[in-house]
Amino acid sequence: MKLLHPKHLALLFLLLALGTLVGCHRDEKLPFRLTDVSGHMPDLDFKLTDDHGKPVTGTDYRGKVVVLYFGYTHCPDVCPLTMAQLHVVMQRLGPLADKARILFVSVDPTRDTPPVMHAYVNAFDPRAVGLTGDPRDIEALSKRYRSAYTREPDGKDGNYEVSHSSAMYVFDSKGAARVLATPADSQDDLVHDLHLLLDNGNPS
Amino acid sequence: MKPQALLFLVTGLLLTGAAQATEAEHVRASHAWLRVLPGELPAGAYVTLENSGDQPVALKGASSDAYADVMLHQSSSEGGMSRMAMVDSVTVPAHGTATLAPAGYHLMLMKSTHPVKPGDTVRMNLKFADGSTLVTDFVARPANAVDAGS
Repeated sequence: MKLLHPKHLALLFLLLALGTLVGCHRDEKLPFRLTDVSGHMPDLDFKLTDDHGKPVTGTDYRGKVVVLYFGYTHCPDVCPLTMAQLHVVMQRLGPLADKARILFVSVDPTRDTPPVMHAYVNAFDPRAVGLTGDPRDIEALSKRYRSAYTREPDGKDGNYEVSHSSAMYVFDSKGAARVLATPADSQDDLVHDLHLLLDNGNPS
Repeated sequence: MKPQALLFLVTGLLLTGAAQATEAEHVRASHAWLRVLPGELPAGAYVTLENSGDQPVALKGASSDAYADVMLHQSSSEGGMSRMAMVDSVTVPAHGTATLAPAGYHLMLMKSTHPVKPGDTVRMNLKFADGSTLVTDFVARPANAVDAGS
């Protein structure tokens, strides 16, 4: 067996060092109060259209702590409640909230065009972004996080409801999935966990 | 029938009517508000109903001049899924309270007849099972409100 060439050896060390670095990032334990999903869910990745009509991807939100939530604008009760609660969470974070974004992903792209989404998210919080797009791209994002939605049968006037997962997914500023929150969880805990990520993930 | 007998019968009926108040007369509404969403999006309306009577009463729905369509709905969350379904009625127990609040029972308001802005008052007729109605003013609140406010 031939010995490794010093150049190859150096490369191997470099790879090992990188691996340790990545490992550090992955294992960076934070005392979350909500469900810690670090290392158990894929990084934030999608290809959608924001509420200004601009094509965006997951990497456009690197540098921000992201709260991802699936819903639709014709949902009169639970979605606006969740968005209103997230607005309160943002207010409680104070200036730190500037480094956070609420990504509201529509599970009803037929009715939720960028202008509809723009008016909607702005009624809740300046840090909220509305994402819509090709139904296949939305489905891909939903499946990536094992989220689900179903369009219910049309009502008498063509109006319809969409049943959807109520979970919120929190990503750190590097795009790694960290925390899973449900509407039943305490708001204090969500504020606490976002604080950890905002204090930790953005050394400035 | 003699005129006298008829008089007795009419008086009797009137007395019965007076003794048996309508469902609406036993109900007091408070914390009535609705969430205004942009454009033509449906809005949710919420209210607390207090029944001072000895019998349960049933809220069947509501109507308003401000919205062409008002439906009684219930949101539920099972297995992590948010769902919404129409309901026939909401029972207010005798000497008890029923709450229509976010993530539970609510009135879904659709097709506003004119733009409703936060701060406006929207008059609604709450309809009960016996056909009686209770006129209630709902305060329009901004989209990001979490409750009726002060």
